[in-house]
Amino acid sequence: MEPVLDISGLRVEFPLRDRTLVAVQDVSLQIAPGEILGLVGESGAGKSTIGAAITGLLQAPGHITAGQVRLRGQVIDATDARAIRALRGRRISTIFQDPLTSLNPLFTIERQLVDTIRTHRPLSLAAARAEAVRALDATGIPDAARRVRNWPHEFSGGMRQRAVIALALCSNPELLIADEPTTALDVTVQAQILRLIRTLAQERGIGVMLVTHDMGVIAQTTDRVAVMQGGRLVECGPTQQVLRQPQQPYSRALISVVPRLDERHARFPVAGIPDKVDAALEWLSAGGPRTDPAGGPLVELRNLSMHYGVRRGLFGGDPGFAALQGIELDIPRGEILGLAGESGSGKSTMARILAGLQAPSDGQLLFDGQDVFAASRAARSDIRRRIQMVFQDPYSSLNPRMKVGDILAEPLLHHGFVQNARAAVPVVQELLNAVGLDAAAARRHPHAFSGGQRQRISIARALASRPEFLICDEPTSALDVTIQAQILNLMKDLQQRLGLTILFISHDLPVVRQMCDRVAVLQGGQLREVAGVEQLFRAPQDAYVRQLLSMIPAMPAMA
Amino acid sequence: MGAKTNRRPGWWGRFRASDLGHALLRAPVAMTALALVVLIMLAALLAPWLAPQDVTRIGVVDLMDGFTPPLSHNEFSGRFFLLGSDDQGRDMLSAMLFGARTSLLVGIAAVALSAGIGVTLGLVAGYAGGRVDALIMRMADIQLSIPAILLALLIFGMTRSLLPAGLRDAMAIYVVVLAIGLSDWTSYARTVRGAAMVEMRRDYIQAAVMMGRPAHAILRRHLLPNVMRPILVIATINFAIAVIAESTLSFLGAGLPPNQPSLGTLIRIGQQFLLSGEWWILTFPALLLLVLALSINLLGDWLRETLNPRGR
Repeated sequence: MEPVLDISGLRVEFPLRDRTLVAVQDVSLQIAPGEILGLVGESGAGKSTIGAAITGLLQAPGHITAGQVRLRGQVIDATDARAIRALRGRRISTIFQDPLTSLNPLFTIERQLVDTIRTHRPLSLAAARAEAVRALDATGIPDAARRVRNWPHEFSGGMRQRAVIALALCSNPELLIADEPTTALDVTVQAQILRLIRTLAQERGIGVMLVTHDMGVIAQTTDRVAVMQGGRLVECGPTQQVLRQPQQPYSRALISVVPRLDERHARFPVAGIPDKVDAALEWLSAGGPRTDPAGGPLVELRNLSMHYGVRRGLFGGDPGFAALQGIELDIPRGEILGLAGESGSGKSTMARILAGLQAPSDGQLLFDGQDVFAASRAARSDIRRRIQMVFQDPYSSLNPRMKVGDILAEPLLHHGFVQNARAAVPVVQELLNAVGLDAAAARRHPHAFSGGQRQRISIARALASRPEFLICDEPTSALDVTIQAQILNLMKDLQQRLGLTILFISHDLPVVRQMCDRVAVLQGGQLREVAGVEQLFRAPQDAYVRQLLSMIPAMPAMA
Repeated sequence: MGAKTNRRPGWWGRFRASDLGHALLRAPVAMTALALVVLIMLAALLAPWLAPQDVTRIGVVDLMDGFTPPLSHNEFSGRFFLLGSDDQGRDMLSAMLFGARTSLLVGIAAVALSAGIGVTLGLVAGYAGGRVDALIMRMADIQLSIPAILLALLIFGMTRSLLPAGLRDAMAIYVVVLAIGLSDWTSYARTVRGAAMVEMRRDYIQAAVMMGRPAHAILRRHLLPNVMRPILVIATINFAIAVIAESTLSFLGAGLPPNQPSLGTLIRIGQQFLLSGEWWILTFPALLLLVLALSINLLGDWLRETLNPRGR
């Protein structure tokens, strides 16, 4: 059968100030009708650029310099942006990552669907309205005839993405480009959306290009997969074959570092790179191990609750919204406790309370036996030092105007570990070495570092207070898998060498499985299950946890 | 960045490699504006050496030289006046050089004062939030509902009446700086507050809070350096506004005394003679003020466009 899309020799260049960046180099791809082709690779691999190029949505100064694009055999001049633009929306549709910004908040879903339908097809208003209901109904939104009159803000994230899919498909396109369509969604919603894309593609014979960084999504959804690296196509073939028996070393490496849900390894596999950091930790490990395993739990949460927007009033007031309800949890010394849950489950609220950034509305937080929010000023300041946090976004967690050396020296000076900036230099050096960075990093600003390196600096800053308890809030969700594996291995190593207690917050259950000793699952502000990692993943007791685990796309084992 | 070389580039090389320098070299309007501002500033700074006549000393001015047209010799003394002379026989070029000196000095001092007050209040409002924020911002709102020049006149009048008569002329320049500086802090405070509130949500601030850093350290070391960009832009544009405000005050007679001429004082003197044919007394100082204010404004607009984070 004639392919829907046939790209050959595509090349995209971005002329920069001092050089030309070749974002896509000599890429040739075909997509058959009803086929889902996965495009996978790390950030900067050029996978989104291909989709942007064939829809004429390249950001200036990027442009196509070579190649041919055929849509159903018809040659489109790939270098003529205007010719491509004429096809956009009609024969090629796109779904973007963020369902929030893809819909216009000022129009109802119906209005947006009707407008799009009538742009592409000569239908009467009534016929277009009927068509809009059909399009929405096809995406599995219940009671579509009524819900179509809703505004985007009345839809949940998953429903919005369904509406975006309805919008993309209402012009009966031949090709659908889905750029990270489920990255902003929870796993349960993700599973539904992926199933929907699959069904609609097969029913209507639409060719789909699914761009994603998530190997699990690739494994579950796509027929064929193309692995990209540095703008080049590394390998392309049937999904199961590529995942089980990758032919190229790069694809092999990329697939091997994906954390697995079905088995636990001592370390995250890091392809080929020796990643164990053997730096001397003299200053950091001075004073013996951080934690005495003989003592009681380091952190205790006693009936902890957090309510937002509570109003007391004569007529009952407003009970507000409960972000956390009656949490009872112990974190023993030297343990890595995983905290898992979907968005809105209360993970971040719990992190903020444990970090002392926010007081709970009810209950107690005990640290080393002391009630944190009832402690004296001096005791509070000591507790602050002993609890540190590694943040999610490595691009906002470091002051862009300070040199890395000053960022690391700040806690040293503040806590009085060193008397002046000169005395801080050797300690800063040890901290940098401990996280696998060169001592020369101290003289540079954060913008000189990649996301993974910044996260290492962030860890070094947390360690500079000589903490006992480390809160890691989604520390690798902004990073590529290969970098993620290195960072998580580093955290495991440091945890063992320094005897740290860690609360590891993540929505990514395969990562939790590899990283943690015990796992607590939150849902709607309540703890559903707390159990050892093996037990929780092998034999979950709670129905919600079981359902959550079943939604995670499984990876086939590599031969 | 680029290829590594063993030689350290000089300041010019570093300037050209920087984002701002690179952008500047590609913006002819901004370059011209910058060149004009620098030229006027240098001329004003070197006024005592450049000016043909020291207009600050009464003795050197001869009343007989009055009303000499530009590019001509005085019919009595035979002295040559490039841009003519005013009613008192002062050389216009010299008066303008010294006038620009005063105007620029007042502008810089007023901007420093208003930026100091505005940035401090804006940072505190953005950091503290809640009632402190509401109090500071309502103060700004009240002030903004009164025209700035009226407020400056009010401050000028009040301060002047508090001073003993003998000190009034000597203190005039400080009074003018105070009047303009106090009437113009709101734009800094509003912008800095907005920028600070954005930064407060970033994790590096949270990290500093968790560390237990005191408020003043967070404000000074973490917040201030990260809100500098918009301050630079506002300061540039407000510098032009301050220079004009000083001229307006002087024009209205509420500024500096005639023996400390500013561009505004010169314009005030000149407008008396515009209709009687001595056009140069008004035109030249007015042109200089126009070029100066326009150049600074163009430079400020360009800075705002270039430093705009969305444009990067």
